[in-house]
Amino acid sequence: MAGYKPVAIQTYPILGEKITQDTLYWNNYKTPVQIKEFGAVSKVDFSPQPPYNYAVTASSRIHIYGRYSQESIKTFSRFKDTAYCATFRQDGRLIVAGSEDGGVQLFDISGRAPLRQFEGHTKAVHTVDFTADKYHVVSGADDYTVKLWDIPNSKEVLTFKEHSDYVRCGCASKLNPDLFITGSYDHTVKMFDARTSESVLSVEHGQPVESVLLFPSGGLLVSAGGRYVKVCDMLKGGQLLVSLKNHHKTVTCLCLSSSGQRLLSGSLDRKVKVYSTTSYKVVHSFDYAASILSLALAHEDETIVVGMTNGILSVKHRKSEAKKESLPRRRRPAYRTFIKGKNYMKQRDDILINRPAKKHLELYDRDLKHFRISKALDRVLDPTCTIKTPEITVSIIKELNRRGVLANALAGRDEKEISHVLNFLIRNLSQPRFAPVLINAAEIIIDIYLPVIGQSPVVDKKFLLLQGLVEKEIDYQRELLETLGMMDMLFATMRRKEGTSVLENTSDGFPENKKIES
Amino acid sequence: MVEEDSIRVVRCGGSELNFRRAVFSADSKYIFCVSGDFVKVYSTVTEECVHILHGHRNLVTGIQLNPNNHLQLYSCSLDGTIKLWDYIDGILIKTFIVGCKLHALFTLAQAEDSVFVIVNKEKPDIFQLVSVKLPKSSSQEVEAKELSFVLDYINQSPKCIAFGNEGVYVAAVREFYLSVYFFKKKTTSRFTLSSSRNKKHAKNNFTCVACHPTEDCIASGHMDGKIRLWRNFYDDKKYTYTCLHWHHDMVMDLAFSVTGTSLLSGGRESVLVEWRDATEKNKEFLPRLGATIEHISVSPAGDLFCTSHSDNKIIIIHRNLEASAVIQGLVKDRSIFTGLMIDPRTKALVLNGKPGHLQFYSLQSDKQLYNLDIIQQEYINDYGLIQIELTKAAFGCFGNWLATVEQRQEKETELELQMKLWMYNKKTQGFILNTKINMPHEDCITALCFCNAEKSEQPTLVTASKDGYFKVWILTDDSDIYKKAVGWTCDFVGSYHKYQATNCCFSEDGSLLAVSFEEIVTIWDSVTWELKCTFCQRAGKIRHLCFGRLTCSKYLLGATENGILCCWNLLSCALEWNAKLNVRVMEPDPNSENIAAISQSSVGSDLFVFKPSEPRPLYIQKGISREEVQWGVFVPRDVPESFTSEAYQWLNRSQFYFLTKSQSLLTFSTKSPEEKLTPTSKQLLAEESLPTTPFYFILGKHRQQQDEKLNETLENELVQLPLTENIPAISELLHTPAHVLPSASFLCSMFVNSLLLSKETKSAKEIPEDVDMEEEKESEDSDEENDFTEKVQDTSNTGLGEDIIHQLSKSEEKELRKFRKIDYGWIAAL
Repeated sequence: MAGYKPVAIQTYPILGEKITQDTLYWNNYKTPVQIKEFGAVSKVDFSPQPPYNYAVTASSRIHIYGRYSQESIKTFSRFKDTAYCATFRQDGRLIVAGSEDGGVQLFDISGRAPLRQFEGHTKAVHTVDFTADKYHVVSGADDYTVKLWDIPNSKEVLTFKEHSDYVRCGCASKLNPDLFITGSYDHTVKMFDARTSESVLSVEHGQPVESVLLFPSGGLLVSAGGRYVKVCDMLKGGQLLVSLKNHHKTVTCLCLSSSGQRLLSGSLDRKVKVYSTTSYKVVHSFDYAASILSLALAHEDETIVVGMTNGILSVKHRKSEAKKESLPRRRRPAYRTFIKGKNYMKQRDDILINRPAKKHLELYDRDLKHFRISKALDRVLDPTCTIKTPEITVSIIKELNRRGVLANALAGRDEKEISHVLNFLIRNLSQPRFAPVLINAAEIIIDIYLPVIGQSPVVDKKFLLLQGLVEKEIDYQRELLETLGMMDMLFATMRRKEGTSVLENTSDGFPENKKIES
Repeated sequence: MVEEDSIRVVRCGGSELNFRRAVFSADSKYIFCVSGDFVKVYSTVTEECVHILHGHRNLVTGIQLNPNNHLQLYSCSLDGTIKLWDYIDGILIKTFIVGCKLHALFTLAQAEDSVFVIVNKEKPDIFQLVSVKLPKSSSQEVEAKELSFVLDYINQSPKCIAFGNEGVYVAAVREFYLSVYFFKKKTTSRFTLSSSRNKKHAKNNFTCVACHPTEDCIASGHMDGKIRLWRNFYDDKKYTYTCLHWHHDMVMDLAFSVTGTSLLSGGRESVLVEWRDATEKNKEFLPRLGATIEHISVSPAGDLFCTSHSDNKIIIIHRNLEASAVIQGLVKDRSIFTGLMIDPRTKALVLNGKPGHLQFYSLQSDKQLYNLDIIQQEYINDYGLIQIELTKAAFGCFGNWLATVEQRQEKETELELQMKLWMYNKKTQGFILNTKINMPHEDCITALCFCNAEKSEQPTLVTASKDGYFKVWILTDDSDIYKKAVGWTCDFVGSYHKYQATNCCFSEDGSLLAVSFEEIVTIWDSVTWELKCTFCQRAGKIRHLCFGRLTCSKYLLGATENGILCCWNLLSCALEWNAKLNVRVMEPDPNSENIAAISQSSVGSDLFVFKPSEPRPLYIQKGISREEVQWGVFVPRDVPESFTSEAYQWLNRSQFYFLTKSQSLLTFSTKSPEEKLTPTSKQLLAEESLPTTPFYFILGKHRQQQDEKLNETLENELVQLPLTENIPAISELLHTPAHVLPSASFLCSMFVNSLLLSKETKSAKEIPEDVDMEEEKESEDSDEENDFTEKVQDTSNTGLGEDIIHQLSKSEEKELRKFRKIDYGWIAAL
């Protein structure tokens, strides 16, 4: 026969943001650490190698920070003017940076003075990157040119003059040492091949391009410019896959999560949005205090670093999961107890008897199943339950009322137990979603305990509190009705069409509950 | 069906199974239960109905195994007869005519040639237990008038009589008395509960009694839930009793196990309690049986119990208290709120079932298909509790959606209302809860309807409520990147001067919505939700509302409480016609323009079938039922009939079923009483409406060829040759399962003989007459329906000149039929 059916716990829709696995994941960071830099933080870059230090480019300095320290491990300050785009090499041992005066400088991570200086750009170099073979550097400058440099002999290898405006962003392919892309203020993203002297692909973005990004596979190109983030398929000749317009202001930086499943974009509207790379829907968003210029994620998304226009660097670390381990683990039955008899193969003449899986019942359900009504009510009136999940308490009260035993369950309580009930009523009586059930319970309590009133000062005080609450609620409802009446009158004068009706939120007058006479 | 008899009202299936205790066969393979005028034989293993024993002309009130031959069964009925059956073959052996209404039947192994029955003699309330001597005679019908009086002033119910200790005494209870009659001494002792006489509100009335099979011990159940075990009752003074108390409500039935070691009891709690060794401590429970236990019986072999429940269900329970099989009829325990509906997918009848469930009931096989748990909460069966009731349900979008409304109202102000929307899942072949809406309205929902237009792109549901609003709910996309989901949301709320909305209805194409607000009908455009026009007749509140269909879709019909039926033309926005008719039920036929209306008068209910285009009804049937008809529904036919007569054309495409206040499900049939309404296994075997299996095609082809050949021979030789189908021997041969036929060599000569042309000259018309008769006779014993008009068909063979060949074939046919009957016995025993 059918088993016991557990009590249906009334669920109420949660207003506001939906809780999804993404919100859980992206909210699982500690409170941000704020580091003040000297100027706007234009670039943050993580070293791809442990210990995953990160280089922060702000004003004329480059700071290298370790994972946990708030003080910089190292500082490169040999720039005459503003430095741009300090980027680690794949092995994490070299850093290249551009500068306002048109120079490109290469640093050893352990040294202080530049190893190489590439001279050739006439205007500010805003983007530099290492190619996949580690021996070349790509740079783009405000003189509309893109140059490829050879590291060993610090010579210029190639120059591309195809852009017609400032080149402000770029990135080299991680797979092919000869391919790199650049984005420019002439609204285009171009892909260059070092083996030819011309661009191999040009993609129209429609806005001045602020940031570009290649997917690890090199197949998809993400460009940000204006309010748009656009994703193009490189293998289809740059065909636009999707255009995202989720920011209110210019999108300044892009970043992929370590799994490649999520794309992050930072914008001047002080928001970072997280997109799913399968559906390109926004799954989460972060708020920051100032306009965002740069954004980087550490290995395994352990750290989010955001640089802002006011020179503040915000560093968020993921919450460590070690805490859960620290709880003393109860000794569990051995593995073999669980698989006991489970791996037995059915023989030919055996008769298989399936036993239905035992359904897990909550403790209050177990009590209700055995008709221990007072115990079930005690269980849900426990403070941990009433505060955390008042809907369970209300559902049990409702169920007891449905079974016609609420009065029995509420009767025969001592001072402490009845004050538990009254505390719960005082806390939740005025909530509209619980009111119908709790008013009924309050009436029953008053009926039961009216003869013994005056014997306990604690309970009397609670009753008075409840009375005050009810009176306040009645006043409140009356006021609301008055307001509603006024609004009705206004609507009636404004209504033009006859016949169609407007839905008004008719809130019932609170049932008169003035029985409390203590 | 070309032949057209008059349309009659017939009861279709769903009769009570729980009227009396079920009886097990000696080997526990079968279980018998009374069901209206029939006795049904079920297999305890497969839950299938093996035989239906019909022959009684009134309610069957008792069945018992023949103690002298456990392959035979006695049954008694209100028609005053006791019949003896061979239940394995389903054959009536003998009929004993007693002549007065028999209310219960008991048999005793010790009293070999007599049985005990309960009769009432003079006053309507006074019943007697009498013993009837069954005379030994070879004839089929025997008069048994030899009654000897045993006990007087007893209760009508057989639960209040028990024979004990191998027939030494009989115990009977009524109100506060327990009387024991000793057969040897021929004396009666009467025991009274001491407290009952003086106390005014004593609730310890006796409700049932059972006797220990071997010891002198009587168990009695009481109204207050106690079970008393009486011992030592040979002495009027020194008798003792002990009390067993677990039930908190009336004990409905008691039964001792075969050995007498344990006592079974049941009641409203729907828990079967097994008391071991008659002690209070040693008890076992089988809880949650679903509904009040009405009867408990024990198999003679002792391995099975069974409980009959108030929701028309028999549960067969193994000795170790594990339910092993459920025989479920149409649940009729509770009032029907949802009305009758047809599930568009399964064509099953859908209505309220057991508490909190919708039942899907197959009209074809007279069997419950399944229960859908709507409320999904533990059901506490207790007197005076206000339960959550399933009040409304509707199917939409060709069975893809089901909307249900449940409510519970304790006081005037405290209303709990919930609307649930269920989606049909093709994978699991069932409905899955999709959306749950708490308090969709502030007050009770009065009507619920889906927009069932074929072209509608978005499923739409309208609810009308007493709070003065109607709400339009639409299906919206609720999916995000994690999952695909759909859900229902409110799209529009409409009202008309704060009147209570009482009915709602979509037009056939879904373009218009009609909502009635008390006396006023409003028409809304379903695209813009604008009020288009209003109709008001000031003739009382609108009770029913429906649009015409097909060619009559420009008409809107409304029936009011003051007994006026109005028809409005939607094109001219004017009243087309009205008629004075106190309409209780108004149902449109989904397959035609016809609308059936059932009106209620002091005499009974009348049926009117009409088209909205003209006020003159197509068909009127007066007095379809003496009671009030509550619900009706048109069920589309699988195969359309072709009635040529104008009066019956409304039954061509659909069949009309209706439910009366006492919850009997009735329908209209034109078939002659001999033919069964619902095809059972037998008819399926014998009728031509064979399922189109590959075998059928082979057989059909074969027959066609035969027909053609015959036609050829007819033309060529101008000799009247009987068609193969009309020769009973052949049809028997073809319709009998191959595995039960005798060897081919045995049949061959018979078969060939039947095909031979007779040398005798015979008139052509004689043959079909004879054949007709054969068929009549054959269908008579498979007849199951309950004929209200009680047409007694004389089917006895009148002396007609029959030629030799057909005599021959008839005897052969009998032989074959015997084979067929034997076949049922052993197949079911498998």
